[in-house]
Amino acid sequence: MKSKLNLDPKVIDSARQHAASIANSMQEFIDRHTTVSTERTILRLLGIDGIDDVETPLPNVVVDQIKEAGGLPRGVSYWIGNAMVQTGLQPQEIAEKMSKGELDITKLETTSAEKAEAAIMPAIQKSLEVINAQKKAREDYLERLGESRQPYCYVIVATGNIYEDVIQAEAAGRQGADIIAVIRTTAQSLLDYVPYGPTTEGFGGTYATQENFKIMRKALDDIGEEVGRYIRLCNYSSGLCMAEIAAMGAIERLDVMLNDALYGILFRDINMQRTLVDQYFSRIIIGYCDILFNSGEDNYLTTDDAYESAHTVLASQLINEQFAVVANIEEWQMGLGHAFEMDPSMENGFLYELSQAIMAREIFPNASLKYMPPTKYMTGNIFKGHVQDALFNLIAVWSGQSLQLLGMLTEAIHTPHMQDRYLSIENAKYIFNNARDIGSEVTFKDNGIIQKRAQFVLNEADKLLADIEEEGLFSTIEKGKFAGIKRPYEGGKGLEGVCLKDEQYFNPFITLMLGGAK
Amino acid sequence: MAKCETANTSVDLTKVKPYGDTMNDGQMEMTFTLPVPYGDEADEAARQLVKKMGCEEPSVVYSHDMGGGYTFFVVYGKCQHTIDYSTIHVAKVESEVMERDECGKFIEENIGRDVIIIGATTGFDAHTVGIDAIINMKGFHGHFGLERFKNVISINMGSQVPNEELIAKAKELHADAILVSQTVTQKDIHIQNLTEMVELMEAEGLRDKMLLLCGGPRISHELAQELGYDAGFGSDTYAEHVCSYIITEMVKRGRI
Ligand code: B12
Repeated sequence: MKSKLNLDPKVIDSARQHAASIANSMQEFIDRHTTVSTERTILRLLGIDGIDDVETPLPNVVVDQIKEAGGLPRGVSYWIGNAMVQTGLQPQEIAEKMSKGELDITKLETTSAEKAEAAIMPAIQKSLEVINAQKKAREDYLERLGESRQPYCYVIVATGNIYEDVIQAEAAGRQGADIIAVIRTTAQSLLDYVPYGPTTEGFGGTYATQENFKIMRKALDDIGEEVGRYIRLCNYSSGLCMAEIAAMGAIERLDVMLNDALYGILFRDINMQRTLVDQYFSRIIIGYCDILFNSGEDNYLTTDDAYESAHTVLASQLINEQFAVVANIEEWQMGLGHAFEMDPSMENGFLYELSQAIMAREIFPNASLKYMPPTKYMTGNIFKGHVQDALFNLIAVWSGQSLQLLGMLTEAIHTPHMQDRYLSIENAKYIFNNARDIGSEVTFKDNGIIQKRAQFVLNEADKLLADIEEEGLFSTIEKGKFAGIKRPYEGGKGLEGVCLKDEQYFNPFITLMLGGAK
Repeated sequence: MAKCETANTSVDLTKVKPYGDTMNDGQMEMTFTLPVPYGDEADEAARQLVKKMGCEEPSVVYSHDMGGGYTFFVVYGKCQHTIDYSTIHVAKVESEVMERDECGKFIEENIGRDVIIIGATTGFDAHTVGIDAIINMKGFHGHFGLERFKNVISINMGSQVPNEELIAKAKELHADAILVSQTVTQKDIHIQNLTEMVELMEAEGLRDKMLLLCGGPRISHELAQELGYDAGFGSDTYAEHVCSYIITEMVKRGRI
């Protein structure tokens, strides 16, 4: 397809090359390390679930005991496999005994890594079967019920109470939503465990727990049957437990997960080493499970200026794309993020937004681009806000976005009420339908404002990526080149959970999920 | 032909009511959702509700079935209540606002040493843009932040800072004023957190030694005072507002 923006394919290639080399250079670091939450993820995939009598999740109980005994560098796959050999018990039974103080798996006799791996393999195969069944279920639903045209209408629920969320989500489904995201409660990203069971108390969102996932999945499947359309479920594979939540999402058939290589570092002050190791495993799971991931570039524009820093969004999208390539994620699964966040008082701001949105589409033709609505310049003037959202919707249909996170007229005030979602879905559907083919009808003036803007942003992104490639990703973040936020290599939360693997470490899921098992 | 009259523009400030296009027509537009199924009964329910709220001639101009037994309404009505505007009193930060340079000069002349201000977004709140707008060099809407103020030393501890840590730092640096920013207000989490801050300050015996200010989009001066803060600042606050208040109060209270 001819570029409407007259973008130079050589510059696109160059930028992508820099990003690939940045992602690959991190891989060496990632491969040498594991983390407490990466290890807990293995346990969750093995089906270890439940809590002890002080409500510590069993995956934490097991990993903490192994860590205290100094066994973490060998990895839980070894320790559980070894315990299976020595005791003949299944992973869940082992975890339960450990939680009651009846078993210390690091004190058992030890067998070789090969034997431990052979012992654990059947449990791993069983876990993959569960996930494969969920992939199949999704395919069947899509086949039988079908889905809407893109851009998908994507809305959030955030009441804090999963049962209340269900009511809101059902209403949104009936009103035409295609994707429902359950926003997570404030600060869950900083918990180094995943809470257990159904929850009814959250602030600005609802806890991501496996039971909550299950409850919402069921509700959306039921509504999907009622309205004759598959409704996708989204949650956050982010924070200190990003990989564990990806595993929960795999098991409970989430369709979309927020997952960003840098977000936690920049916006939640999570240690960068920890995040990069965890994002790798989480993305492998996401890739394997046919989940669509969403990266969080839109957030940069909440602390940085959308016009000045547009190139950081593109640079980060390319980095996120390349981290995804390493994790064997297909292009359609890449929900690369960007946002409509320019100051509405800016002259020609609409033209710049349009230019950047089309640029994203041209640079990532097969990605499922996720377009985020105006948030920062939304005010208590809900009427103007509804117009801002309309302009955003027009650009989405014009530039062929895939996932449209609908703007809410009440964005500056509260998490959405039921009627806000209705109004925003109506706004989007009206515009998507009314301007459906505008993108293929309109071309742009050569060297006009729109073309020049995109070319400029692409060039700047290419330069920034060249800098990062030379400087290294870690030190780029230390210097505050993303979102204007500086984070130290040894700073932030969760560093104590990172450790070097020893020679006999193994994680069969990585091999199997990456290894063409798809 | 009717007598030529001019529009009635005179307002009785002791009996104010909404204005549509004619003085005292009381016109109001409302939107809301009722948990009842769409239909004539739903419209009637919305009409009666608006009537109970004190609006005559309620008229449901639009209603929509949101599914699952919920209906959305747009309703017009003529408000019958009135407000005595002439007796209204609103708590406001009383200090006079000085420009940035004037603040620097005021400190030099009246305090004679650097003023130490320390701020953070506390609790689990991760929103930094507001506190950054007040403290950081760059400021907000073309108004520089406290870091650019002469004779002011300001420290921004960032977000998700526990109250204890903010207090410890303030103690260590002998701060003159503490700034607390709160954005997330769901389930009144900000009230809990702001209250805890005051209690900790009191327990440490610091409450009378430092000025304690809070701010955020849903914070008002009145709320701040109720919670035991010296002052509260809402949307569109700039560093000069905050600095002017602090230095004026310091002089007033003899903390120089
Ligand atoms: C940017 C943003 C974010 C960014 C924040 C990035 C960052 N580093 O700050 C990100 C994406 C990280 C984010 C996350 C979340 N957000 Co947010 N966010 C916003 C947004 C879009 C803009 C806020 C903003 O920056 N305003 C601009 C600043 C300059 O204005 P301000 O804060 O009011 O500050 C001014 C004054 O209030 C005052 N001021 C502020 N603080 C202080 C302090 C003192 C001492 C003084 C004197 C003055 C003062 O001076 C400032 C300058 O004038 C708003 C929506 C909106 N349009 O308002 C939602 C919003 C605030 N977020 C919201 C929510 C719920 C969240 C989350 C909890 C969502 C979730 N479940 O994950 C998380 C927070 C997680 C956490 N742990 O806190 C809700 C809050 C609802 C509520 N009332 O409780 C809002 C309203 C969106 C919504 N409709 O749901 N968010």
